Amino acid sequence: MSRDVAHQVRDTIVMVKRNLLRIIRLPQLLFFSSVQPIIFLLLFTYVFGGAITRGTDIAYIDFLLPGVLVQTAVFGSTQTAIGLTEDLAAGVIDRFRSLPMARSAVLTGRTTADLVRNVAVTIIMLTVGSIIGFRIGGTVLEALLGVTIALLFGFSLSWAMAALGLWVKNAETAQTASFVLIFPLVFASSVFVPTASMPSWLQGFAANQPVSVVASTVRALMGGFPVGSLVLQSALWIAAILAVFFPLGVRIYRRAVGS
Amino acid sequence: MAEPSIVADSIVRHFGEVKALDGVSLSVESGTIYGLLGPNGAGKTTLIRVLTTLLKPDSGTGLVAGIDVVADPHGARESLGLAGQTAAVDEFLTGRENLEMVGNLYHLPSKDATSRADEVLERIHLTEAGGRPVSTYSGGMRRRLDLAASLVGKPEVLFLDEPTTGLDPRSRLEMWGLINELVDEGTTVMLTTQYLEEADRLADRIGVIDHGRLITEGTASDLKTKLGGDIIDVAVSEDDRDRTASILASVTDADAPWDETTFSFTIPAAHGAATLTEVVRKLDQAGIVPNDLALHRPSLDDVFLSLTGHATDGDAPATDQSPRSGRRRTASK
Repeated sequence: MSRDVAHQVRDTIVMVKRNLLRIIRLPQLLFFSSVQPIIFLLLFTYVFGGAITRGTDIAYIDFLLPGVLVQTAVFGSTQTAIGLTEDLAAGVIDRFRSLPMARSAVLTGRTTADLVRNVAVTIIMLTVGSIIGFRIGGTVLEALLGVTIALLFGFSLSWAMAALGLWVKNAETAQTASFVLIFPLVFASSVFVPTASMPSWLQGFAANQPVSVVASTVRALMGGFPVGSLVLQSALWIAAILAVFFPLGVRIYRRAVGS
Repeated sequence: MAEPSIVADSIVRHFGEVKALDGVSLSVESGTIYGLLGPNGAGKTTLIRVLTTLLKPDSGTGLVAGIDVVADPHGARESLGLAGQTAAVDEFLTGRENLEMVGNLYHLPSKDATSRADEVLERIHLTEAGGRPVSTYSGGMRRRLDLAASLVGKPEVLFLDEPTTGLDPRSRLEMWGLINELVDEGTTVMLTTQYLEEADRLADRIGVIDHGRLITEGTASDLKTKLGGDIIDVAVSEDDRDRTASILASVTDADAPWDETTFSFTIPAAHGAATLTEVVRKLDQAGIVPNDLALHRPSLDDVFLSLTGHATDGDAPATDQSPRSGRRRTASK
């Protein structure tokens, strides 16, 4: 049994390494996946920032940056779906499935590598953010907890995207489908603007959906505002998404290549 | 006799209405090459996928190196190697990194994974290119690397799904050479092919598969003898097709199969030249002038045509999942 666990851990490490090498050796992909959130950060700060924060008492960059960290994690999760569909199409997954390796390692390796990439992008974002004026309002530990929650939320969504990618089996469909799901969640949320400014019919959804909950949590932790039950709510969302999509992803993986 | 290395036992696998495998049984002796021959969509790839544990059969099972692939897929994977239709190697890794990764996934100690990768690279003559990313490799090199990846685990049984489809003639010869070397060292190989020449050249035994059923099997010469010696090809225009069919039926007492691609009938020449003379006389009496008329030794193309009623360029629905090479082979002479 412990030998199985050791194999599972080693297989996962091998797969993480493989996927990270892919990221490192496709420098354009890494470059643009870092530039995209930076552009969001700059655009929203300088183009919309003035209009958006009228009537609030915090600097827009301090409002925005935690939101963009969450947005980056959410958008980044689509890479999981795309990467898996590409492996599927290339027949690489057939090879893995014909090896005496742990079944879950292909998926865990993929989602973990995407988490590592997201850590790198987050560090870049924090650097750029601090250059243009972002400051944390509470303790460093609180801010780190906030960043960790954003990353874990992205990790949980990677599992949802893994399931989606293996289900649709095609990179273009995976990309389109994931954005159909993600855009409303990211934009009808408190990521870029306070939900109080939205029409009342939208507010109920916008204020309570997971992206908003996580964005508010990260924002409160990084800004040093009272967090109340937000950390717990975020943790529950992350746990719930993992509880549904981890087993679902593994199940679809087993069937994806077989049918 | 030694235990067979590969056994298929009444394997059935349907995809909805399509019977991809409709009860296939066969066995392959250790240290031999078994060639599965059939058109696109015949069920070759499905059979390989079942035997390599990628696909569960609806019923029946298979044994690889004595291990039941349905009951103990993990155990079977320890003994088998698979090289699929596409070169399943990572573009952005070097050749060596690809092989080391596979070695690690076989749970070799990492030092052994490295030395095994070098060993296998040398074997497929890619030692020099081993440090370059696969994206710089030619198609033939990728296929060889893919074969190499399937060798890392020193499998007793190797499954090769259309190992030479899409390769140029030189790369194909290299691949054949490699396969023969492996078998000389005791590996058992099952390969699929659409190329009759390939089955003829490589395989100790050939199984002809069509519409999910094994139609016949034997050595290449067995299959040729099944046709009873020489054969006659009669090419006629579409207008004369029906009348020619009935004339040929009267000569052989059997329906003559029509090949859409060559517009010709193929019949066994039971009495050699005498049969040919009879055909000529009867066609002449009916006022039919054939476009072509030839007596020759049967090729595997002819075997296939006479067994399945259609040429190897099959029109069966493509149930295989993997992307296909656009190249097809017709039953041209």
